[in-house]
Amino acid sequence: MRLLRETGGLQWMVMAAAYLSAVGFGGPGTLPFAAMAAIFAVVLLHLVPRRWSAAAALAIAACLALAGWSLLPFAARTLPFIAMIIATWAGAWLLVALLAGMPRKAGLWGRVQGLFAPVVFGATLLWLWEAVVRALDVPRVILPAPSAIWTRIIASPDILWVDFVQTFVKGALSGFAIGVGAAFVFALLVDRSDFLRRGLLPVGNFLAALPIIGTAPIMVMWFGFDWPSKAAVVVAMVFFPVLVNTVQGLAATERMQRDLMHTYSATWLQSLIKLRLPAAMPFIFNGLKIASTLALIGAIVAEFFGSPTRGMGFRISTEVGRLQLDMVWAEIAVAALAGSLFYGVWAVLERWVTFWHPSQRGR
Amino acid sequence: MRALIPVATVIAALIALWYAAVVPMNAQWTRDQAARAGAELTLPALISDTMSQSRPRLPAPHQVAAELWRSTIIEEMTGRRGWWNTGTLSNRSLIYHGWVTLSATLLGFAIGSGLGIALAVGIVYNRAMDASVMPWAIASQTIPILAIAPMIIVVLNALGISGLIPKAIISTYLSFFPVVVGMVKGLRAPDQMQLDLMRTYSASGLAVFLKLRWPSSMPYLFASLKVAIAAALVGAIVAELPTGAVAGLGARLLSGSYYGQTVQIWSALFAAAILAATLVALIGLIQRITLKRMGMAA
Repeated sequence: MRLLRETGGLQWMVMAAAYLSAVGFGGPGTLPFAAMAAIFAVVLLHLVPRRWSAAAALAIAACLALAGWSLLPFAARTLPFIAMIIATWAGAWLLVALLAGMPRKAGLWGRVQGLFAPVVFGATLLWLWEAVVRALDVPRVILPAPSAIWTRIIASPDILWVDFVQTFVKGALSGFAIGVGAAFVFALLVDRSDFLRRGLLPVGNFLAALPIIGTAPIMVMWFGFDWPSKAAVVVAMVFFPVLVNTVQGLAATERMQRDLMHTYSATWLQSLIKLRLPAAMPFIFNGLKIASTLALIGAIVAEFFGSPTRGMGFRISTEVGRLQLDMVWAEIAVAALAGSLFYGVWAVLERWVTFWHPSQRGR
Repeated sequence: MRALIPVATVIAALIALWYAAVVPMNAQWTRDQAARAGAELTLPALISDTMSQSRPRLPAPHQVAAELWRSTIIEEMTGRRGWWNTGTLSNRSLIYHGWVTLSATLLGFAIGSGLGIALAVGIVYNRAMDASVMPWAIASQTIPILAIAPMIIVVLNALGISGLIPKAIISTYLSFFPVVVGMVKGLRAPDQMQLDLMRTYSASGLAVFLKLRWPSSMPYLFASLKVAIAAALVGAIVAELPTGAVAGLGARLLSGSYYGQTVQIWSALFAAAILAATLVALIGLIQRITLKRMGMAA
């Protein structure tokens, strides 16, 4: 059993069984020869000795890509096709297991290596989505295939760009900057008084857990339909997580360290810059990362309560009404990409600034 | 208890700030009314009027409190459609709308935390899952699910699924992630020494899980459950926005914003806040009891 688990034997068996049933049930011409041959090659490739596993993984990846690509035009609700989908999926799983089991090298190459498994997994998911939508003939108004979404993205970059600028740049980014800045300044003020800190931390923690997104209709009423109201919602959403984390971070230094600064007769500002801000950075970045995911959500949801005729939230809600789901998914793809990149920027900055922290050194 | 006085001070300061903001926010309307009537406006009259408008830009705290009281206890006890007269909750009371939201929240939370725990177990016990699923679980949270909630609701409606389930799905999506992250951390919390000890007992994999990993993950589980239930509530509220303002706290927010009923918006908002606070406090209580019985209480 252990051997099975560690060598990917389980996945291999699933794959071989699915392949055999595809061969058994499929008549001539129901499935492409290339896919059948490619999957057969994967079944054989897994049997090569361990020490060539890197080359084997590369060959398996190539064969799977070939199989997946050549299978798609034959999508139908037939047993051989479904068996082949299962075989390809099990093959991808096998590949992921193989990649995860390989020894990681140090440095940049190791980091790239770490990306292989998630990339294969994501590509498999996308392919599975496409294949299932095609095979089951899912109506376009329920779930469009990834290829249809991609076509839509290519066809309407101008609309997507206008929406992106309206929602992300004007609404989310400006709100994020104001909210984080205000929270930071406020945290510095709060930090000067122990009494305020003890009072504000529980209240801030409580407010951070509230559905602040519900203030969106109020903000739209106060600041109008255009982006300032969206920025205001974002400010309200990001303020408390950043405030609470910064206040906590500023309190993270030890008595001994502060006393040392005192013996140097450091001023408040000096000890803030040299000791307490650096020590607070892991906490501050934690707050920033939480806030970065909240910002885009806040800006989009606020648009449901009224917006000019552009913006991601506006587009999503109107295109849902017109059953143009490929446009909706195109907006979602842009939003997901923008959100991931925005989060990624903070994660990279965190690694750069807090390189000394145990959670960063371990990797 | 040490925190009681500072916390009370901060809350009092917030309420004072709120009252102070009410006057300038609502003054314009009062001045317009006075100018139209040709009346001279004194400062006390201005202040008292800003506190009691029927559609203020910013309602005063006591107005919100009064509306909360009126739309819960009064409505159910004396209302024509209230619980006292009909035996069912009135569709004009916040208790009814809160219950609609709460049921979706709890269902979504239950599914989401179950799913989260299952995924975390998979990630901890399977290297392939660890390498491939975790990055996508993180990426899945950068997709603004709240933003696509309307689409999910509409699509599921087209498939003939409506009511509780679509809202619960959104709540599930939002609440599984904190549980996954917390539980992966928690299940990996036992150090090598403890794992080696289990090995010397020649414990089976199941025994290691039940007797070592699961118990030591409890503090992490509860910490993430608190985050998850707050997220589930947000999900349920947002999921109610596109249902055409029928029932639920989100629907109250939306209809309030359509008709400019600011007091209604604020009272729905506070009902949601009270609900969130109660749920989080409830999990905190369960956490205290559980950890105490396990001998892990700090």
